[in-house]
Amino acid sequence: MQELIMTPQMQGEPMPGAAFEPAIVAFVCNWCTYTAADLAGTSRMVQSPNVRLVRMMCTGMVDPKYIIKALLGGADAVLISGCHPGDCHYINGNYKARRRVKLLMEILPRFGIDSRRIKLTWVGASEGNEFAATVNRFAAEIKELGPIDTRSLPLL
Amino acid sequence: MGSIARIEVTDGNPVAALQGFCARLLADGEISAVLAPRRLPGNGGTMPALVADPEQFHDVDPLAPSFRLSAARMLTRLTRGADEGGLVAALLRPCEVRAFIELCKLNQGSLENTLLVSLDCPGAFTNADTGRFSGNRGNAEALLGFLRADGRGDFDGMQIARACRTCEHPTGAEADLSICLFGQDPAKGLLLMANTPRGEGFMTRLGLPEASDDGARAKALDVLLTERRAAQEQMFAETTAATSDMSGLSTFLSACVNCYNCRTACPVCYCKECVFLTDVFEHKPWQYMSWARQRGALKMPTDTVFFHLTRLAHMSTACVGCGQCSNACPNDVPVMELFKTIAASTQKAFDYEAGRDPGEAPPLSVFREHEFTELTGGLD
Repeated sequence: MQELIMTPQMQGEPMPGAAFEPAIVAFVCNWCTYTAADLAGTSRMVQSPNVRLVRMMCTGMVDPKYIIKALLGGADAVLISGCHPGDCHYINGNYKARRRVKLLMEILPRFGIDSRRIKLTWVGASEGNEFAATVNRFAAEIKELGPIDTRSLPLL
Repeated sequence: MGSIARIEVTDGNPVAALQGFCARLLADGEISAVLAPRRLPGNGGTMPALVADPEQFHDVDPLAPSFRLSAARMLTRLTRGADEGGLVAALLRPCEVRAFIELCKLNQGSLENTLLVSLDCPGAFTNADTGRFSGNRGNAEALLGFLRADGRGDFDGMQIARACRTCEHPTGAEADLSICLFGQDPAKGLLLMANTPRGEGFMTRLGLPEASDDGARAKALDVLLTERRAAQEQMFAETTAATSDMSGLSTFLSACVNCYNCRTACPVCYCKECVFLTDVFEHKPWQYMSWARQRGALKMPTDTVFFHLTRLAHMSTACVGCGQCSNACPNDVPVMELFKTIAASTQKAFDYEAGRDPGEAPPLSVFREHEFTELTGGLD
Protein backbone atom coordinates (compact mmCIF):
# COMPACT_ATOMS: atom_id res chain seq x y z
CA MET A 1 0.00 0.00 0.00
CA GLN A 2 2.81 2.35 0.85
CA GLU A 3 4.44 2.25 -2.59
CA LEU A 4 1.03 2.49 -4.10
CA ILE A 5 0.20 5.91 -2.79
CA MET A 6 3.66 7.37 -2.78
CA THR A 7 3.76 10.69 -4.55
CA PRO A 8 6.75 12.98 -4.98
CA GLN A 9 5.20 15.24 -2.35
CA MET A 10 5.07 12.52 0.25
CA GLN A 11 8.79 11.94 0.16
CA GLY A 12 9.37 15.19 1.94
CA GLU A 13 8.05 18.68 2.37
CA PRO A 14 6.39 19.95 -0.79
CA MET A 15 8.40 22.53 -2.67
CA PRO A 16 7.11 26.01 -1.80
CA GLY A 17 4.73 27.11 -4.46
CA ALA A 18 4.44 23.63 -5.94
CA ALA A 19 0.87 22.75 -6.90
CA PHE A 20 -0.85 20.07 -4.82
CA GLU A 21 -0.74 16.71 -6.59
CA PRO A 22 -3.34 14.37 -5.12
CA ALA A 23 -2.80 10.65 -4.69
CA ILE A 24 -5.87 8.72 -5.75
CA VAL A 25 -6.27 4.99 -5.23
CA ALA A 26 -8.60 3.31 -7.71
CA PHE A 27 -10.07 -0.15 -7.17
CA VAL A 28 -11.08 -1.28 -10.63
CA CYS A 29 -12.62 -4.51 -11.80
CA ASN A 30 -10.61 -6.76 -14.04
CA TRP A 31 -13.35 -7.25 -16.62
CA CYS A 32 -14.56 -3.73 -17.30
CA THR A 33 -12.76 -0.73 -15.87
CA TYR A 34 -9.30 -2.26 -15.86
CA THR A 35 -9.78 -3.22 -19.49
CA ALA A 36 -10.99 0.30 -20.21
CA ALA A 37 -7.89 1.72 -18.49
CA ASP A 38 -5.77 -0.55 -20.62
CA LEU A 39 -7.56 0.67 -23.71
CA ALA A 40 -7.10 4.30 -22.67
CA GLY A 41 -3.40 3.60 -22.21
CA THR A 42 -2.86 1.78 -25.49
CA SER A 43 -4.86 4.46 -27.27
CA ARG A 44 -2.46 7.01 -25.78
CA MET A 45 -5.20 9.10 -24.25
CA VAL A 46 -4.10 11.90 -21.97
CA GLN A 47 -4.68 10.84 -18.39
CA SER A 48 -3.91 12.42 -15.06
CA PRO A 49 -0.98 10.56 -13.45
CA ASN A 50 -2.45 10.93 -9.95
CA VAL A 51 -4.36 7.66 -10.01
CA ARG A 52 -2.88 4.35 -8.80
CA LEU A 53 -4.89 1.40 -10.03
CA VAL A 54 -5.54 -1.68 -7.93
CA ARG A 55 -6.89 -4.40 -10.15
CA MET A 56 -9.60 -6.46 -8.44
CA MET A 57 -11.44 -9.37 -9.97
CA CYS A 58 -14.71 -7.58 -9.18
CA THR A 59 -15.85 -4.42 -7.39
CA GLY A 60 -17.96 -6.82 -5.32
CA MET A 61 -14.78 -7.88 -3.53
CA VAL A 62 -13.79 -4.38 -2.47
CA ASP A 63 -14.20 -4.69 1.28
CA PRO A 64 -14.96 -1.39 3.03
CA LYS A 65 -11.69 -1.78 4.92
CA TYR A 66 -9.67 -1.35 1.70
CA ILE A 67 -11.25 2.03 1.14
CA ILE A 68 -10.85 3.03 4.80
CA LYS A 69 -7.21 1.93 4.81
CA ALA A 70 -6.42 3.93 1.68
CA LEU A 71 -7.98 7.09 3.10
CA LEU A 72 -6.27 6.67 6.49
CA GLY A 73 -2.99 5.84 4.79
CA GLY A 74 -2.83 9.16 3.02
CA ALA A 75 -4.71 8.68 -0.24
CA ASP A 76 -6.57 11.88 -0.97
CA ALA A 77 -9.42 10.05 -2.65
CA VAL A 78 -10.60 6.59 -3.64
CA LEU A 79 -12.22 5.60 -6.91
CA ILE A 80 -14.18 2.37 -7.17
CA SER A 81 -15.07 1.51 -10.72
CA GLY A 82 -16.65 -1.54 -12.25
CA CYS A 83 -18.98 -2.87 -14.90
CA HIS A 84 -22.27 -1.19 -15.70
CA PRO A 85 -25.25 -2.65 -13.82
CA GLY A 86 -26.33 -5.81 -15.59
CA ASP A 87 -22.86 -6.34 -17.10
CA CYS A 88 -21.04 -7.76 -14.07
CA HIS A 89 -18.93 -10.78 -14.96
CA TYR A 90 -20.06 -12.31 -11.67
CA ILE A 91 -23.66 -11.28 -12.27
CA ASN A 92 -24.19 -8.88 -9.34
CA GLY A 93 -20.89 -7.89 -7.70
CA ASN A 94 -21.28 -4.27 -8.74
CA TYR A 95 -24.67 -4.01 -6.99
CA LYS A 96 -23.02 -5.24 -3.81
CA ALA A 97 -20.23 -2.70 -4.25
CA ARG A 98 -22.85 0.03 -4.53
CA ARG A 99 -24.34 -0.94 -1.14
CA ARG A 100 -20.90 -0.93 0.46
CA VAL A 101 -20.12 2.51 -0.93
CA LYS A 102 -23.50 3.68 0.33
CA LEU A 103 -22.58 2.32 3.77
CA LEU A 104 -19.24 4.14 3.80
CA MET A 105 -20.95 7.34 2.68
CA GLU A 106 -22.99 7.12 5.89
CA ILE A 107 -19.92 6.55 8.07
CA LEU A 108 -16.87 8.43 6.80
CA PRO A 109 -18.38 11.89 6.16
CA ARG A 110 -19.55 11.89 9.80
CA PHE A 111 -15.88 11.95 10.75
CA GLY A 112 -15.09 14.83 8.45
CA ILE A 113 -13.97 12.89 5.40
CA ASP A 114 -15.52 14.75 2.50
CA SER A 115 -17.91 12.49 0.61
CA ARG A 116 -16.43 13.80 -2.67
CA ARG A 117 -13.28 11.84 -1.83
CA ILE A 118 -15.09 8.56 -2.46
CA LYS A 119 -16.36 7.95 -5.96
CA LEU A 120 -18.16 5.05 -7.55
CA THR A 121 -18.43 4.86 -11.32
CA TRP A 122 -19.40 2.35 -13.97
CA VAL A 123 -16.95 2.19 -16.89
CA GLY A 124 -17.35 -0.58 -19.45
CA ALA A 125 -14.48 -2.43 -21.15
CA SER A 126 -14.82 -0.51 -24.41
CA GLU A 127 -15.02 2.92 -22.77
CA GLY A 128 -11.35 3.93 -22.73
CA ASN A 129 -12.30 7.53 -23.40
CA GLU A 130 -14.81 7.47 -20.55
CA PHE A 131 -12.14 6.11 -18.21
CA ALA A 132 -9.66 8.84 -19.12
CA ALA A 133 -12.34 11.50 -18.71
CA THR A 134 -13.43 10.09 -15.32
CA VAL A 135 -9.88 10.04 -14.03
CA ASN A 136 -9.12 13.56 -15.26
CA ARG A 137 -12.34 14.96 -13.84
CA PHE A 138 -11.82 13.25 -10.49
CA ALA A 139 -8.19 14.36 -10.19
CA ALA A 140 -9.20 17.94 -10.94
CA GLU A 141 -11.95 17.76 -8.30
CA ILE A 142 -9.57 16.48 -5.65
CA LYS A 143 -6.94 19.07 -6.54
CA GLU A 144 -9.60 21.66 -5.89
CA LEU A 145 -10.49 19.98 -2.58
CA GLY A 146 -6.91 19.90 -1.30
CA PRO A 147 -5.03 17.23 0.63
CA ILE A 148 -6.78 14.92 3.09
CA ASP A 149 -6.02 15.71 6.72
CA THR A 150 -5.33 12.09 7.76
CA ARG A 151 -1.81 12.57 6.35
CA SER A 152 -0.82 14.93 9.12
CA LEU A 153 -2.65 13.36 12.07
CA PRO A 154 -0.37 12.06 14.79
CA LEU A 155 -2.81 9.47 16.17
CA LEU A 156 -4.30 6.84 13.91
CA MET B 1 -51.62 -8.36 20.93
CA GLY B 2 -51.58 -11.99 22.03
CA SER B 3 -53.08 -13.48 25.13
CA ILE B 4 -51.90 -12.63 28.64
CA ALA B 5 -51.38 -14.77 31.73
CA ARG B 6 -50.37 -13.97 35.26
CA ILE B 7 -47.25 -15.13 37.05
CA GLU B 8 -48.19 -15.07 40.73
CA VAL B 9 -45.58 -13.70 43.12
CA THR B 10 -45.67 -14.95 46.70
CA ASP B 11 -43.83 -13.53 49.74
CA GLY B 12 -42.96 -10.46 47.68
CA ASN B 13 -40.27 -12.44 45.87
CA PRO B 14 -40.47 -12.09 42.07
CA VAL B 15 -37.16 -13.93 41.61
CA ALA B 16 -38.59 -17.07 43.24
CA ALA B 17 -41.67 -16.68 41.03
CA LEU B 18 -39.49 -16.67 37.90
CA GLN B 19 -37.51 -19.66 39.17
CA GLY B 20 -40.85 -21.44 39.47
CA PHE B 21 -41.74 -20.26 35.97
CA CYS B 22 -38.47 -21.72 34.63
CA ALA B 23 -39.24 -25.02 36.35
CA ARG B 24 -42.65 -25.05 34.70
CA LEU B 25 -41.05 -24.46 31.32
CA LEU B 26 -38.65 -27.34 31.88
CA ALA B 27 -41.52 -29.59 32.92
CA ASP B 28 -43.02 -29.15 29.44
CA GLY B 29 -42.13 -32.19 27.34
CA GLU B 30 -40.88 -30.07 24.44
CA ILE B 31 -38.28 -28.14 26.46
CA SER B 32 -35.06 -29.98 27.21
CA ALA B 33 -33.19 -27.24 29.07
CA VAL B 34 -33.49 -23.60 30.13
CA LEU B 35 -30.80 -21.01 29.45
CA ALA B 36 -31.12 -18.29 32.08
CA PRO B 37 -28.95 -15.88 34.08
CA ARG B 38 -27.72 -17.55 37.25
CA ARG B 39 -26.07 -15.93 40.27
CA LEU B 40 -22.33 -16.26 40.49
CA PRO B 41 -20.73 -17.09 43.80
CA GLY B 42 -19.23 -14.17 45.66
CA ASN B 43 -19.27 -11.03 43.61
CA GLY B 44 -22.97 -10.72 43.05
CA GLY B 45 -23.44 -10.88 39.31
CA THR B 46 -25.03 -13.35 36.98
CA MET B 47 -23.88 -15.37 34.00
CA PRO B 48 -25.99 -17.50 31.66
CA ALA B 49 -26.38 -21.12 32.70
CA LEU B 50 -27.96 -24.01 30.85
CA VAL B 51 -30.17 -25.68 33.43
CA ALA B 52 -31.38 -29.21 32.71
CA ASP B 53 -32.36 -30.31 36.24
CA PRO B 54 -35.53 -28.82 37.82
CA GLU B 55 -33.77 -28.87 41.22
CA GLN B 56 -31.12 -26.45 39.94
CA PHE B 57 -33.17 -23.26 39.51
CA HIS B 58 -32.43 -21.94 43.02
CA ASP B 59 -29.72 -19.53 41.85
CA VAL B 60 -31.40 -18.48 38.62
CA ASP B 61 -32.14 -14.75 38.63
CA PRO B 62 -33.34 -13.15 35.39
CA LEU B 63 -34.11 -9.89 37.20
CA ALA B 64 -30.66 -9.15 38.59
CA PRO B 65 -29.27 -5.89 37.17
CA SER B 66 -26.17 -7.70 35.99
CA PHE B 67 -25.23 -8.07 32.33
CA ARG B 68 -21.73 -9.51 32.30
CA LEU B 69 -22.00 -10.69 28.72
CA SER B 70 -24.58 -11.03 26.00
CA ALA B 71 -26.09 -14.52 26.01
CA ALA B 72 -26.96 -14.23 22.30
CA ARG B 73 -23.71 -15.87 21.23
CA MET B 74 -24.17 -18.60 23.88
CA LEU B 75 -27.60 -19.39 22.52
CA THR B 76 -26.25 -19.74 18.98
CA ARG B 77 -23.98 -22.50 20.27
CA LEU B 78 -27.02 -24.30 21.65
CA THR B 79 -29.25 -23.98 18.61
CA ARG B 80 -27.14 -24.25 15.49
CA GLY B 81 -27.67 -27.19 13.21
CA ALA B 82 -30.59 -29.58 13.29
CA ASP B 83 -32.85 -29.90 16.32
CA GLU B 84 -31.30 -32.67 18.39
CA GLY B 85 -33.94 -33.54 20.91
CA GLY B 86 -35.94 -30.77 22.45
CA LEU B 87 -35.95 -27.02 22.52
CA VAL B 88 -33.84 -24.74 24.64
CA ALA B 89 -35.98 -22.15 26.40
CA ALA B 90 -33.87 -19.00 26.71
CA LEU B 91 -34.54 -16.14 29.12
CA LEU B 92 -32.91 -13.16 27.47
CA ARG B 93 -32.83 -9.42 27.74
CA PRO B 94 -34.47 -7.70 24.73
CA CYS B 95 -31.09 -6.67 23.28
CA GLU B 96 -29.93 -10.29 23.55
CA VAL B 97 -33.03 -11.42 21.67
CA ARG B 98 -32.36 -8.91 18.90
CA ALA B 99 -28.68 -9.87 18.68
CA PHE B 100 -29.67 -13.53 18.50
CA ILE B 101 -32.06 -12.76 15.65
CA GLU B 102 -29.24 -11.00 13.80
CA LEU B 103 -26.99 -14.05 14.23
CA CYS B 104 -29.77 -16.39 13.06
CA LYS B 105 -30.03 -14.35 9.85
CA LEU B 106 -26.39 -15.30 9.25
CA ASN B 107 -27.15 -18.97 9.95
CA GLN B 108 -25.12 -18.93 13.14
CA GLY B 109 -28.09 -19.96 15.28
CA SER B 110 -31.61 -21.18 14.76
CA LEU B 111 -34.88 -19.67 15.88
CA GLU B 112 -36.49 -23.05 15.22
CA ASN B 113 -34.60 -24.71 18.05
CA THR B 114 -35.39 -22.28 20.80
CA LEU B 115 -38.26 -20.76 22.71
CA LEU B 116 -37.32 -17.13 23.30
CA VAL B 117 -38.58 -15.63 26.54
CA SER B 118 -37.78 -11.99 27.16
CA LEU B 119 -38.77 -9.45 29.75
CA ASP B 120 -39.48 -5.77 30.24
CA CYS B 121 -35.85 -4.93 30.82
CA PRO B 122 -35.13 -2.87 33.92
CA GLY B 123 -31.57 -2.35 32.63
CA ALA B 124 -28.30 -3.37 34.22
CA PHE B 125 -25.23 -1.86 35.78
CA THR B 126 -21.87 -1.92 34.07
CA ASN B 127 -19.66 -4.85 35.02
CA ALA B 128 -17.61 -2.43 37.12
CA ASP B 129 -20.69 -1.32 39.08
CA THR B 130 -22.52 -4.66 39.29
CA GLY B 131 -20.81 -5.87 42.45
CA ARG B 132 -21.45 -2.56 44.23
CA PHE B 133 -25.23 -2.64 43.91
CA SER B 134 -26.66 -4.10 47.11
CA GLY B 135 -29.59 -5.64 45.21
CA ASN B 136 -27.04 -7.78 43.39
CA ARG B 137 -25.67 -8.98 46.71
CA GLY B 138 -28.83 -10.54 48.03
CA ASN B 139 -30.65 -7.45 49.37
CA ALA B 140 -34.19 -8.30 48.25
CA GLU B 141 -35.59 -4.90 49.24
CA ALA B 142 -33.01 -3.08 47.10
CA LEU B 143 -33.83 -5.33 44.14
CA LEU B 144 -37.57 -4.63 44.51
CA GLY B 145 -36.84 -0.90 44.62
CA PHE B 146 -34.81 -1.28 41.47
CA LEU B 147 -37.55 -3.18 39.66
CA ARG B 148 -40.21 -0.69 40.71
CA ALA B 149 -38.19 2.13 39.11
CA ASP B 150 -39.03 0.71 35.63
CA GLY B 151 -35.60 1.21 34.13
CA ARG B 152 -34.42 4.53 35.59
CA GLY B 153 -33.15 6.18 38.74
CA ASP B 154 -30.19 6.19 41.13
CA PHE B 155 -29.29 3.23 43.34
CA ASP B 156 -26.49 3.16 45.88
CA GLY B 157 -25.23 6.28 44.09
CA MET B 158 -25.13 4.56 40.68
CA GLN B 159 -27.20 4.58 37.53
CA ILE B 160 -27.70 1.73 35.10
CA ALA B 161 -25.27 1.60 32.16
CA ARG B 162 -25.57 4.39 29.61
CA ALA B 163 -26.45 1.86 26.90
CA CYS B 164 -29.48 0.91 29.03
CA ARG B 165 -30.37 4.53 29.79
CA THR B 166 -30.49 5.25 26.05
CA CYS B 167 -32.22 2.00 25.02
CA GLU B 168 -35.44 2.48 23.08
CA HIS B 169 -36.28 -1.25 22.83
CA PRO B 170 -36.75 -2.34 26.45
CA THR B 171 -39.64 -4.78 25.94
CA GLY B 172 -38.52 -7.82 23.97
CA ALA B 173 -41.56 -7.92 21.73
CA GLU B 174 -39.53 -9.97 19.24
CA ALA B 175 -39.45 -12.98 21.62
CA ASP B 176 -42.07 -15.75 21.74
CA LEU B 177 -43.06 -14.83 25.29
CA SER B 178 -42.48 -11.64 27.29
CA ILE B 179 -42.51 -11.24 31.03
CA CYS B 180 -44.03 -7.85 31.77
CA LEU B 181 -42.68 -5.80 34.64
CA PHE B 182 -43.37 -2.21 33.65
CA GLY B 183 -46.28 -0.70 35.49
CA GLN B 184 -46.67 -3.84 37.63
CA ASP B 185 -45.89 -4.31 41.30
CA PRO B 186 -43.11 -6.91 41.21
CA ALA B 187 -43.88 -7.90 44.81
CA LYS B 188 -47.40 -8.98 43.84
CA GLY B 189 -47.44 -10.39 40.33
CA LEU B 190 -46.02 -10.22 36.83
CA LEU B 191 -47.69 -10.65 33.46
CA LEU B 192 -46.73 -13.07 30.74
CA MET B 193 -47.54 -12.08 27.18
CA ALA B 194 -47.45 -14.30 24.10
CA ASN B 195 -46.07 -12.58 20.98
CA THR B 196 -46.01 -15.49 18.53
CA PRO B 197 -48.20 -18.52 17.80
CA ARG B 198 -45.48 -20.72 19.30
CA GLY B 199 -45.44 -18.61 22.47
CA GLU B 200 -49.24 -18.84 22.54
CA GLY B 201 -49.06 -22.63 22.43
CA PHE B 202 -46.61 -22.81 25.30
CA MET B 203 -48.55 -20.35 27.37
CA THR B 204 -51.69 -22.48 27.09
CA ARG B 205 -49.78 -25.59 28.14
CA LEU B 206 -48.12 -23.88 31.10
CA GLY B 207 -51.53 -23.61 32.74
CA LEU B 208 -51.00 -20.13 34.18
CA PRO B 209 -54.06 -18.14 35.28
CA GLU B 210 -55.43 -15.83 32.60
CA ALA B 211 -55.06 -12.12 33.12
CA SER B 212 -55.98 -8.90 31.43
CA ASP B 213 -53.94 -5.82 30.70
CA ASP B 214 -55.14 -2.79 32.65
CA GLY B 215 -53.12 -0.39 30.53
CA ALA B 216 -50.66 0.45 33.31
CA ARG B 217 -47.81 -1.13 31.37
CA ALA B 218 -48.41 0.81 28.17
CA LYS B 219 -48.58 4.01 30.17
CA ALA B 220 -45.34 3.33 32.05
CA LEU B 221 -43.64 2.30 28.82
CA ASP B 222 -44.75 5.44 27.04
CA VAL B 223 -43.23 7.66 29.72
CA LEU B 224 -40.03 5.63 29.76
CA LEU B 225 -39.61 5.72 25.98
CA THR B 226 -40.00 9.49 25.89
CA GLU B 227 -37.20 9.82 28.44
CA ARG B 228 -35.05 7.26 26.68
CA ARG B 229 -35.39 8.95 23.27
CA ALA B 230 -34.40 12.29 24.76
CA ALA B 231 -31.35 10.69 26.42
CA GLN B 232 -30.48 9.04 23.12
CA GLU B 233 -30.75 12.28 21.16
CA GLN B 234 -28.45 13.95 23.65
CA MET B 235 -25.92 11.11 23.40
CA PHE B 236 -26.00 11.26 19.59
CA ALA B 237 -25.48 15.02 19.63
CA GLU B 238 -22.57 14.80 22.10
CA THR B 239 -20.87 12.00 20.20
CA THR B 240 -21.35 13.63 16.82
CA ALA B 241 -19.87 16.87 18.10
CA ALA B 242 -16.86 15.10 19.62
CA THR B 243 -16.09 13.10 16.46
CA SER B 244 -16.90 15.60 13.73
CA ASP B 245 -13.45 15.30 12.16
CA MET B 246 -10.68 12.71 12.08
CA SER B 247 -8.74 14.55 14.71
CA GLY B 248 -11.79 14.45 17.00
CA LEU B 249 -12.29 10.77 16.29
CA SER B 250 -8.70 9.89 17.06
CA THR B 251 -8.93 11.86 20.31
CA PHE B 252 -12.19 10.06 21.13
CA LEU B 253 -10.41 6.71 20.68
CA SER B 254 -7.05 7.77 22.07
CA ALA B 255 -7.21 5.54 25.19
CA CYS B 256 -7.74 2.44 23.02
CA VAL B 257 -4.95 -0.12 23.44
CA ASN B 258 -6.07 -2.42 20.58
CA CYS B 259 -7.06 -5.19 23.00
CA TYR B 260 -10.13 -5.91 20.82
CA ASN B 261 -12.22 -6.75 23.89
CA CYS B 262 -15.08 -4.77 22.32
CA ARG B 263 -14.98 -7.11 19.36
CA THR B 264 -14.94 -10.19 21.60
CA ALA B 265 -17.81 -8.90 23.73
CA CYS B 266 -19.88 -7.77 20.74
CA PRO B 267 -22.67 -10.26 20.17
CA VAL B 268 -23.08 -9.33 16.51
CA CYS B 269 -19.42 -9.24 15.47
CA TYR B 270 -20.19 -12.23 13.32
CA CYS B 271 -16.87 -13.18 11.71
CA LYS B 272 -15.44 -16.53 12.77
CA GLU B 273 -12.00 -15.04 12.46
CA CYS B 274 -11.43 -11.32 12.74
CA VAL B 275 -9.17 -9.94 10.02
CA PHE B 276 -7.40 -7.81 12.63
CA LEU B 277 -6.09 -11.00 14.25
CA THR B 278 -4.78 -12.47 11.01
CA ASP B 279 -1.42 -12.25 9.24
CA VAL B 280 -2.72 -9.25 7.31
CA PHE B 281 -1.90 -7.17 10.38
CA GLU B 282 1.40 -8.88 11.18
CA HIS B 283 3.30 -5.99 9.66
CA LYS B 284 6.98 -6.37 8.91
CA PRO B 285 9.50 -4.09 10.65
CA TRP B 286 10.28 -2.28 7.38
CA GLN B 287 6.60 -1.45 7.07
CA TYR B 288 6.53 0.26 10.46
CA MET B 289 9.75 2.08 9.65
CA SER B 290 8.35 3.33 6.41
CA TRP B 291 5.15 4.56 8.04
CA ALA B 292 7.17 6.28 10.74
CA ARG B 293 9.35 8.01 8.15
CA GLN B 294 6.31 9.06 6.17
CA ARG B 295 4.63 10.77 9.16
CA GLY B 296 7.69 11.57 11.22
CA ALA B 297 6.26 9.54 14.13
CA LEU B 298 4.00 6.52 14.32
CA LYS B 299 1.69 5.72 17.22
CA MET B 300 2.11 2.15 18.44
CA PRO B 301 0.14 -0.04 18.39
CA THR B 302 -0.98 1.00 14.92
CA ASP B 303 -4.33 0.60 13.17
CA THR B 304 -6.48 1.79 16.10
CA VAL B 305 -8.77 4.13 14.20
CA PHE B 306 -8.65 1.72 11.26
CA PHE B 307 -9.92 -1.09 13.51
CA HIS B 308 -12.88 0.88 14.83
CA LEU B 309 -13.84 2.28 11.42
CA THR B 310 -13.69 -1.20 9.89
CA ARG B 311 -15.79 -2.64 12.69
CA LEU B 312 -18.31 0.17 12.15
CA ALA B 313 -18.47 -0.74 8.47
CA HIS B 314 -18.76 -4.45 9.16
CA MET B 315 -21.29 -4.61 11.99
CA SER B 316 -22.98 -1.26 12.59
CA THR B 317 -26.01 -2.34 10.54
CA ALA B 318 -26.39 -5.26 12.98
CA CYS B 319 -25.70 -3.24 16.15
CA VAL B 320 -28.42 -3.71 18.76
CA GLY B 321 -26.96 -1.14 21.16
CA CYS B 322 -26.46 -3.58 24.04
CA GLY B 323 -23.38 -1.70 25.27
CA GLN B 324 -21.23 -4.76 25.88
CA CYS B 325 -18.41 -3.08 23.90
CA SER B 326 -18.15 -0.32 26.48
CA ASN B 327 -18.66 -2.86 29.25
CA ALA B 328 -15.64 -4.81 28.05
CA CYS B 329 -13.38 -1.81 27.50
CA PRO B 330 -10.57 -1.71 30.06
CA ASN B 331 -9.87 1.96 29.41
CA ASP B 332 -13.33 3.51 29.41
CA VAL B 333 -13.34 4.40 25.73
CA PRO B 334 -16.97 5.36 25.00
CA VAL B 335 -17.27 2.68 22.33
CA MET B 336 -21.01 2.16 22.73
CA GLU B 337 -21.70 5.87 22.26
CA LEU B 338 -19.79 5.89 18.97
CA PHE B 339 -21.24 2.65 17.62
CA LYS B 340 -24.82 3.37 18.60
CA THR B 341 -24.61 6.83 17.04
CA ILE B 342 -23.23 5.57 13.74
CA ALA B 343 -25.49 2.49 13.76
CA ALA B 344 -28.54 4.74 13.97
CA SER B 345 -27.56 6.40 10.70
CA THR B 346 -26.34 3.31 8.82
CA GLN B 347 -29.47 1.37 9.73
CA LYS B 348 -31.65 4.30 8.71
CA ALA B 349 -29.83 4.54 5.37
CA PHE B 350 -30.98 1.02 4.52
CA ASP B 351 -34.36 1.36 6.21
CA TYR B 352 -33.28 -1.45 8.49
CA GLU B 353 -33.44 -2.10 12.19
CA ALA B 354 -31.25 -4.77 13.72
CA GLY B 355 -33.24 -7.59 15.30
CA ARG B 356 -36.64 -6.16 14.39
CA ASP B 357 -37.75 -8.95 12.11
CA PRO B 358 -36.12 -12.33 11.40
CA GLY B 359 -37.44 -12.08 7.85
CA GLU B 360 -35.57 -8.87 7.11
CA ALA B 361 -32.28 -9.66 5.33
CA PRO B 362 -29.08 -7.91 6.53
CA PRO B 363 -28.72 -4.89 4.22
CA LEU B 364 -25.23 -5.77 3.01
CA SER B 365 -26.35 -9.26 1.98
CA VAL B 366 -28.90 -8.09 -0.55
CA PHE B 367 -29.36 -5.38 -3.19
CA ARG B 368 -31.90 -3.93 -5.55
CA GLU B 369 -31.27 -3.27 -9.20
CA HIS B 370 -32.43 0.30 -8.97
CA GLU B 371 -31.25 2.08 -5.84
CA PHE B 372 -28.81 4.71 -4.57
CA THR B 373 -28.31 6.14 -8.05
CA GLU B 374 -27.08 9.36 -6.41
CA LEU B 375 -23.80 7.55 -5.82
CA THR B 376 -23.10 7.21 -9.52
CA GLY B 377 -24.25 10.63 -10.62
CA GLY B 378 -27.80 9.50 -11.35
CA LEU B 379 -26.64 6.63 -13.55
CA ASP B 380 -28.34 3.32 -12.94
